[in-house]
Amino acid sequence: MEQPERDVVEQTVSTNLPRLETRVQRPSTAPGTTIFDVRNVSIWYGSFKAVTDVSLPVYEHEVTAFIGSSGSGKSTVLRALNRMNDLVPGARVDGEMRYRGADLYARGVSATAVRRRIGMVFQKPNPFPKSIYDNVAYGPRINGTRNKGHLDEIVEKSLRQAALWDEVKNRLKQSGLALSGGQAQRLCIARTIAVEPDVVLMDEPASALDPIATLAVEDLIRELKKNYTIVIVTHNMQQATRVSDRTAFFSVLTDSKNDTRTGILVEYGPTQQIFEDPHDARTQAYVTGRMG
Amino acid sequence: MAVASDQQPVDLRDPAGWRRAKNRLATGGMWFAFLCLLVPLGFVLVTVIAKGAGIISWQFLTSSTIPPSVLPASFDGMGAAVVGTLEITGVAAVIAIPLGILGAVYLNEYGGNRPLARLLSFLSDVMTGVPSIVMGLFIFTIYVLHFGYSGFAGSLSLACLMLPIVIRSSYEMLRLVPDDLRQGSYALGATKARVTVTVVLPTAIGGIVSGALLAVARAAGETAPLLFTILTVEATNPNLFSGADTALSTQIFVNATQPYTGAVARAWGSALTLIAIAFILMIVARLVTARFNRYSR
Repeated sequence: MEQPERDVVEQTVSTNLPRLETRVQRPSTAPGTTIFDVRNVSIWYGSFKAVTDVSLPVYEHEVTAFIGSSGSGKSTVLRALNRMNDLVPGARVDGEMRYRGADLYARGVSATAVRRRIGMVFQKPNPFPKSIYDNVAYGPRINGTRNKGHLDEIVEKSLRQAALWDEVKNRLKQSGLALSGGQAQRLCIARTIAVEPDVVLMDEPASALDPIATLAVEDLIRELKKNYTIVIVTHNMQQATRVSDRTAFFSVLTDSKNDTRTGILVEYGPTQQIFEDPHDARTQAYVTGRMG
Repeated sequence: MAVASDQQPVDLRDPAGWRRAKNRLATGGMWFAFLCLLVPLGFVLVTVIAKGAGIISWQFLTSSTIPPSVLPASFDGMGAAVVGTLEITGVAAVIAIPLGILGAVYLNEYGGNRPLARLLSFLSDVMTGVPSIVMGLFIFTIYVLHFGYSGFAGSLSLACLMLPIVIRSSYEMLRLVPDDLRQGSYALGATKARVTVTVVLPTAIGGIVSGALLAVARAAGETAPLLFTILTVEATNPNLFSGADTALSTQIFVNATQPYTGAVARAWGSALTLIAIAFILMIVARLVTARFNRYSR
């Protein structure tokens, strides 16, 4: 399908005060297929409203970064994208969350099937207490791959994609817990892509790593973009500028009357525009470091 | 270098006075408690080995008939009781360990805060406190009165005794499994059952096995639950499910109360055998734990 020939797709999102506008600009290259279409989504934990009225599209083969201060709900939105929030008792999603046209929260949708297509890498590297080989082969195995030769292939391919193969090829039988932090995180990435997901969600994947391991993971993210769509939550703005094509800035809306805090999406657009020409004063304050 | 020698070194020790004294006092107290603990343990081991080692022989461990009390120690032996103890505790383990682990999995993975889970957890705690003789009487009323004495009745009462221990120790091990691992598995599209079987249980298995084997060792030494359920006879009973049986613990009870030196010697020998069985189980528990934990560091 032809994309509309417009430079700026303007999308107005109504929220409670103050009134916000979310502008979506097309990046230099025309966006691909819409992978996620999030519309007016609010997420509750019990009676606590964690995020209010978030709307944004996520495009194929792009890296979309969620930035913002703590408590702004960026991780909550990320975890809603593959229904990881289902595991939190009392979590509830309102609004529409579509993945390739299908409503993620429709009746009869299996969270397991969703997560099979939409993988996740966590903040803290969490390799299973199994061998390196078994860690990577875990996903294919639970999805029914039993053939040893086929598993060997998947393990090598995934570890190569995660830029870890050369470091571990001679000790695949060793424990995954024996790896350093950066290696462990790349092992978790290899484990995630071993099931050949469509989307990889990353929740601050480098925040527990040293600068060198961080750069390795960032290189890896740029590399993975060719095959996967990536959504990444990060506290590190430089990281967002280095790896992402689009950036969504989340902020906290404090209601002093009821003493409640809820996350909102302030601005969403191409990363360059968000950092060089933010349209919202709060985005500008944040990216220039004047606001937490 | 003159400058450096002028400088007084900083005192990095604990401040003198009450704080340092408290530290010494607490350390000394712990050593004292530890040594006090060793005294009864040492006495039991030394006495049992000194009095029991003499009678232990291949014949003592394997003979299929237990001689009458009046016969001296050199006659026959406790083989029948060794077989009985191994059979009865083995079957009890087969009953109690899977049930206990499944119960713990339910409590920790599925039950959450549901009323049923809380009730089960409470009942299992209460069951831990039930005196073992009550377990024996319980099986006596519901099983022995209908089907007669048998080794299996003994197994049932020992299983009742082991069940809460297995549930509690497995539950504590499952609780230690980091939630990160569960989430990692869920994120790969695993169902809850898969997560439990392929990640949670393998991670906790070392502790679960060692807890279960400790429960077995504890049950192997129990006397009271067996008194009303196996009756204690003097010959090997090849049929676990019918007819009175025998076990080391009850034989100790019967023989130690006799006035005859042969019987008393056999009681000491049985005690040593029982301790050895428990000791072997502990070693197996350690080995199994190490084996299962080979990937956890």
